[in-house]
Amino acid sequence: MELLKVSNLTKIYPKHKVAAIDNMDLSIDKGEIFGLVGESGCGKSTLAKSILRLTDVQRGSILYKGDDLLKAAARKMQGIRKEIQIIFQDPYLSLDPRVKIGSALEEVFLIHYNYPGPKRRKKAAELLDMVGLGKSYFNRLPSELSGGEKQRVGIARALATGPEFIICDEPVSSLDISIQAQILNLLMDLQEQKALTYLFISHDLGVVASICDRVAVMQSGRIVEIGLCEEVFRNPQHSYTKKLLDSISLT
Amino acid sequence: MNKLMIFGFSIVLFFAIIAIFAPFIATHDPGKIDIENILTGPSREHLLGTDSLGRDLFSRMVFGARISLLVGFIAVGIAALIGITLGAIAGYYGKWVDIIIMRFVDIMLCFPTFFLILAVIALLEPSIINIMIIIGVTSWMGVARLIRAEILSLKERDFIYAEKAIGASDFRIISRHLIPNAMAPVLVSITLGIAAAILVESSLSFLGIGVQPPTPSWGNILSEGKSVMGAAWWMMLFPGLAIFITVLGYNLLGEGIREKLLRS
Repeated sequence: MELLKVSNLTKIYPKHKVAAIDNMDLSIDKGEIFGLVGESGCGKSTLAKSILRLTDVQRGSILYKGDDLLKAAARKMQGIRKEIQIIFQDPYLSLDPRVKIGSALEEVFLIHYNYPGPKRRKKAAELLDMVGLGKSYFNRLPSELSGGEKQRVGIARALATGPEFIICDEPVSSLDISIQAQILNLLMDLQEQKALTYLFISHDLGVVASICDRVAVMQSGRIVEIGLCEEVFRNPQHSYTKKLLDSISLT
Repeated sequence: MNKLMIFGFSIVLFFAIIAIFAPFIATHDPGKIDIENILTGPSREHLLGTDSLGRDLFSRMVFGARISLLVGFIAVGIAALIGITLGAIAGYYGKWVDIIIMRFVDIMLCFPTFFLILAVIALLEPSIINIMIIIGVTSWMGVARLIRAEILSLKERDFIYAEKAIGASDFRIISRHLIPNAMAPVLVSITLGIAAAILVESSLSFLGIGVQPPTPSWGNILSEGKSVMGAAWWMMLFPGLAIFITVLGYNLLGEGIREKLLRS
């Protein structure tokens, strides 16, 4: 079943007059892990931000369960935000440095459900448990956490509203190799438990190959190749995909 | 903390304590006229001498500290409130909102502020409240520029996108996440602003259109002293020194905070 369908999406940065996303079509099925690979600056993150309406686009439509996100009214979008969430690349930058971990998680319950204080705290503590952090993290500031711990907080925050679809924008690429595996495992476990759908954005083909069902290869705002992960990596059709694959076999 | 900053902080704290505990520190009623002791020099009975109505200068200085600092604080508070609000809105929303607000800032900066204050006070009644308001509404532009500049860079950070993604309202993002993170340089500006506001209040009171006698402020004590300068040196020396040292204290503190922030 189709969960997200992107059609003719075009995003131009007015200052540079370059299309970050150039007439893009894409569809993601419910329950799959959809990989999106490409070099930095090819428009992967811009796509992520467009889906969440964090940036304006010039043309196209993004259908989520049949509703066009780009045309959704503010109230409708607020409801949809509970279902679509994002995990950012750099956990050092994606948490407010002045807000304690507990408060950062509670905030989600305040915004969407207006729960009273004790219920918010209970829910926030449950989230910390879910991502493998204890209650002792409740009163800590982001600066007191390691990169991996911060990314767990980022994941907890994304899970707070019980979303169905999570955009993982390079969720492990700023972490140490050993931590990467832990975070990937956590993401995989959560995906299984909660039947989540992931749009997994990465420039690391190895990671994508190991966890994704389907993959799209993106180059300067366009998707140049799309298909089942195994097939694309075993038998790449497009010259850019071949180049990408060659570059990792060299290193 | 460097030595000068500690020195500045000590001065600020010293005068703040004097202002807060004025009724306990003052040795006489600051308004009590004593015609038998007009313009007597500093003595054990009158620590800083008496003025042309025989009032105790020390007690008037102590209560004057209250007025001068209060005017400084409230005026800067008003300036900070206006500056932070407008600067944050301009920085966050950008586009035409930003253009309109920042051009308004430019216009405000074009006025020779002191003469604008003079004109407005001449039209209105020169009460303490009016002075605080008028100093506040003519000195918020620096704060607005600083906040705007900070927010322009902060709003592109991932944690702000994360807030938007979880559905936080613009008001929540600006008030809970952007402004607290943008406050550091504003703190410097506010500290220096207090010094400037105290100076403006003193100048206005010196010119006779500030805080009106018999309420004592450092500026109007200085003004009264002007007419008896030859006979009573203490009437100008002590309020002048108080203004000078206080302004120095806030400036040193402000510069100290600035340096600390630059280093971190």
